This record gives sequence, structure tokens and C-alpha cells, in this order.
Amino acid sequence: MSTVFIAFQTNEDTRPIVESILADNPHASLEEQPAMVKINAEDQLVIRRESIEERIGRDFDLQELQVNLITISGHLDEDDDTFTLSWKN
Amino acid sequence: MDMQATKKKLGLKEKYAHMTRGLDWETTYQPKEKVFPQATFEGIKVHDWDKWEDPFRLTMDAYWKYQAEKERKLYAVLDAFAQNNGHLGITDARYLSAVKLFLTGISPLEYMAHRGFAAAGRNFPGVGPRVACLMQSIDEVRHAQTQIHALSNYNKFYEGFHAGASHQIERLWYLSVPKSFFDDAFSAGPFEWMIAIGFSFEYVLTNLLFVPFMSGAAYNGDMATVTFGFSAQSDEARHMTLGLECIKFMLEQDPDNLPIVQKWIDKWAWRGIRVLSLVSTMMDYMLPKRVMSWKEAWEIYFEQNGGALFNDLAKYGIKVPDCIAQCTVDKEHQSHQLWLTLCTHSHAMGLHTWLPSAEEMDWLSAKYPNTFDQYYRPRFDELRQRADKGERFFANTLPMLCQVCQIPMLFTEPDDPTKICYRESEFQGEKYHTCSDGCKHIFDDEPEKYIQAWLPVHQLYQGNCWPEGTDPTAEGFNPLAKYLEWCHVDGKDTGDYEGSSDQANFAAWRGAATQNG
Repeated sequence: MSTVFIAFQTNEDTRPIVESILADNPHASLEEQPAMVKINAEDQLVIRRESIEERIGRDFDLQELQVNLITISGHLDEDDDTFTLSWKN
Repeated sequence: MDMQATKKKLGLKEKYAHMTRGLDWETTYQPKEKVFPQATFEGIKVHDWDKWEDPFRLTMDAYWKYQAEKERKLYAVLDAFAQNNGHLGITDARYLSAVKLFLTGISPLEYMAHRGFAAAGRNFPGVGPRVACLMQSIDEVRHAQTQIHALSNYNKFYEGFHAGASHQIERLWYLSVPKSFFDDAFSAGPFEWMIAIGFSFEYVLTNLLFVPFMSGAAYNGDMATVTFGFSAQSDEARHMTLGLECIKFMLEQDPDNLPIVQKWIDKWAWRGIRVLSLVSTMMDYMLPKRVMSWKEAWEIYFEQNGGALFNDLAKYGIKVPDCIAQCTVDKEHQSHQLWLTLCTHSHAMGLHTWLPSAEEMDWLSAKYPNTFDQYYRPRFDELRQRADKGERFFANTLPMLCQVCQIPMLFTEPDDPTKICYRESEFQGEKYHTCSDGCKHIFDDEPEKYIQAWLPVHQLYQGNCWPEGTDPTAEGFNPLAKYLEWCHVDGKDTGDYEGSSDQANFAAWRGAATQNG
């Protein structure tokens, strides 16, 4: 078992994103640090476009994540609907 | 952010295929090996460049769009900072030593990274890495520029910012540490560059530099640094991914690549860890309000995260670098040993240092229960006693530097924290000194390269580091004063923070900001 993580700036853009990630990944945990939030999860973390869109009420492009992204760990696979980090490859 | 996501004509994967692979062409006027002459001499075998894929699948059109958004955010905050006396919002002007170190030591590396990735992008025959390197090259020059721009706000008020990011990196003794790291990488071939910077620095180590640093800047009220830092950091996830893809690609292309890649990982892990010892002092000593200790950051970002990475790479036959055993010992000592050296040499530096307060030493004891009280508290106590008598101690000779990492010989033997570690190699009848088994190993593997190192202390003693026209035989000649003049270090920039003009100005201005008068 290895941990993957993703960290974002703490701001109004990322609040619904973080909520979506935590809802979609019940095994993930949230770590709040000064000005940043880090989400840790065993093995895999999946970010879903639709979950974010439900919360923000508009279309969302997963590449927008990059604007507020701080760091990631794990292998990344990104397509139109999901942004996946894992150590399972 | 109020950004409109537009309905796409092409899916992400399709768009990526068209806008990377689809842009490549076969050369006809010249054979490929003449167009890409650096692609083979390092011994890395590549059979199919199309196997390289950027997992972000970022294309230039999207790149410009998101980078523009990042810049808009950044400059909005910089305006606010300048308009609202942001320079008085920091916890204490001592904190600025960390920022000065960043501006003079790290920002020039961003510029070197810009050049290096431009070169790597030029030299790789595959279009996937070429496009990714192009974006990273543009990112890196953006980082250098935004850092210099953001920190220029401090230059209006505080000492030590005037020489900026370009002059001192080639002159000041402690800045040759980060400089030599990038010089070493840039003078290697494109594949080694990718392991050195893309993998070792960006993937394995960057979290230790940027994440705790920026979080620490936020904790200390430094709106300027947080903003450029996070703006730069938002590019880093892409850089880390490029580094990781690169290493997987090399290992998957040919089994013969494994020993070459392993050698580079071992070398650059150790080189990077040595450079980061500067960051260890920042986290444990320079931040008035601390986020976490260096040791804690090391455990989270190197041991746990690096551990996960090396577990994953094990399937290719990659082993954890040998130096990790030494690092497990060093994490308890490194920040204290280096800060003691900086404290006793800050009369020859472009920033202030200070002795930790009683409360800070208690924090250090709690964070380093195995080492601080036993080895380091007594030394700080001794320095404090002297300072209280008006005899603040500064060492009046310059230390010997390691031929490889260029850090003064100040770190101790792995099995004895009271004995300085020296290693010696001989090459072509000359002796060369290194600070550790790790650096000696690197030297012995490529002595022809490292004997060319420009070591500031050697150069200083040879008389090469004075302003033009200096006469060292003149009455009252002071070599240190002349060296500092050559570095553009002003007397107000150096020495202890206690009694500095930064300290006095900060107190006066902050006082003026909260009352009329």
C-alpha cells in the first residue's frame, strides 16, 4: 500500500473541488495546512468532472485544476471525465 | 475563477494526438542523427518515441489559456501587496533572510532550468517530450521573472535585495552550491538532465522546497512569496509528471538503460539532498513561525512519498539510492550543523543570521529529541554567552569546500556527529576533497568533470575575487571587505540580525503603520 496525494491552494475555486474529491473517495483524508489543503489516499484517488460540475453549477474542464494545483504524488492519468492518481500501474 | 469551459470539438486524447504527434515530421534534407546529435552519446537506447505520453495531455492552446489565468491571479495580488504595505505584514523582518536566499539562490536556478529545458526540448528526437520540455522551459522563465518581480517590492524597503537574482549567484560562496548543481546538470547530456532536474529535483525533491516553503511563507504573512510560489508550484505538478514519465520511458524502452538510469538516480538524489540542506536551515531556523521541522518534512515528502515512488520503480529493477542510509542519520543533524556555520560566517554573507532564542531552542529540542540538546544547544549557548558580552563570534577564515557539492566541509561522519567528515581522492597527481562518501563517489566516477569546478573559496584565496584594480599589497588591505565589494554585498546586508537596519526599519515602520505621528 502506498499513499497518493494531491494538494491545492486554499481558495474559493478549490473548496467545491475538494468537497467533490472527498465525496467521491471515501477512503481519502483531508489535511489542512497554512494556505493549502492536501488530500491523501491509499493507492488511488479519482477526481470526477461531473461531481465538480454538480457543485459549481457550470461546465468544468479538468485541466482547470492546474490553476490551483500545488503538487501530486502517484502516476497520473487524465482524460475528459476523470483525473486519476494511483500507484497501481 | 470565472472561466468558461467551452464545448469541445475533440476529446482530450484526440486533441493531444493531433497537437503533438501530428505536428512532427520526418527530416529529409539531413539524416535524423545529424539533426539530433545529442540523442545517443549517453548510451540511452530508444526504440519508439511514440510510447512517450504526457499524462496531463496538455496542448499549447490550453497551456496559454491556463498560464494566462495564473498570471492574472498573480499580478492582482502583487498590486494589492504594493498598495497595502504588504511588506509590513510579515511576522518579523528576520523572515526576509529566507526570501533573500530564495531570490539569490533559487530564482537564478529557475532561469537555468529555462535554458536547460529549452535545450532538452531541442535535443530529443521524440515530439512528446519536445512539446512537454517547451512548456516547462516557458514555465521556468516565468518563474524567474515573477519571483524577481514579486520580491522587488521588498527591495524598496529592505537591505540585501539590490543585487537581485543575477550578480551574486556567480560570486557568493554559499550560492555556488545551488549554481554548481545546475551547472553540473546543464553540462550533461539531455537524458541525464531529465533525470537530474526532471526526476530528482522536480519529482523527488521539489515538494521539500516549495510546499513547506510556501506554506511557511503564508504562515509568516508573506503575501508576495506565497503568491509567486503557488503560481510557480501550479506548474510543478506538470514538471514532476514529466520527470516521472521520462524515467519510466527510459526504463521501458530498453533493459540496457537500467544501469545508466540507476547511476544517475543515485548521483542526483545525493546532489539534490545536499542542495536542500539550505532549505533545512530555512525551515528550522529562519521562519519566525514554523510550519513543521525539516525532519518532519523529510519524513513526509522524502521517506513516505519517495518510498512509494521507489516501491513502484522496483518493478523495473530500480533500487533505492545507497545514500538513503546516510540521509536517515543526517536528517537529525543537517539543519543545525549548517545553521551554526551560517551563523558564524554571516559577516561574509548577503543576508542576516541570528542565534536562536530560548523559546526557539525549546522548539528545536522538542522536534529533535535525539540530537539537539546533546550536540547543538551547548554550542548555541556558548555563542549566545559571547554575544551577550559584545563578542559575537564570526569565523575569520573561509572554510574548505567540497569539490562536488561545494558546501563547506561542515557535515559530520555518519557514525560520529562530533567529527567532521573529510574524504580525499587523487587524480592526475592532485588531491581533491569531498564532504561525504556520496560526493566522493560522484567525483571518482567523473573526475575530469569535477576538477573543473569553480570553487569560490579557492578563487578568493587565489586573488580572483576582488574588484578590478585592487592592490592586495596596499597598506591596510582587507581581503574580505574587497571580496564583499566584488559581490555587491553592502555592510548593511551582513552580520547578525540583532542591530541590523532591517530590524530597526521594520520596527519603526510597523510602529508608524499603527499610529499617527
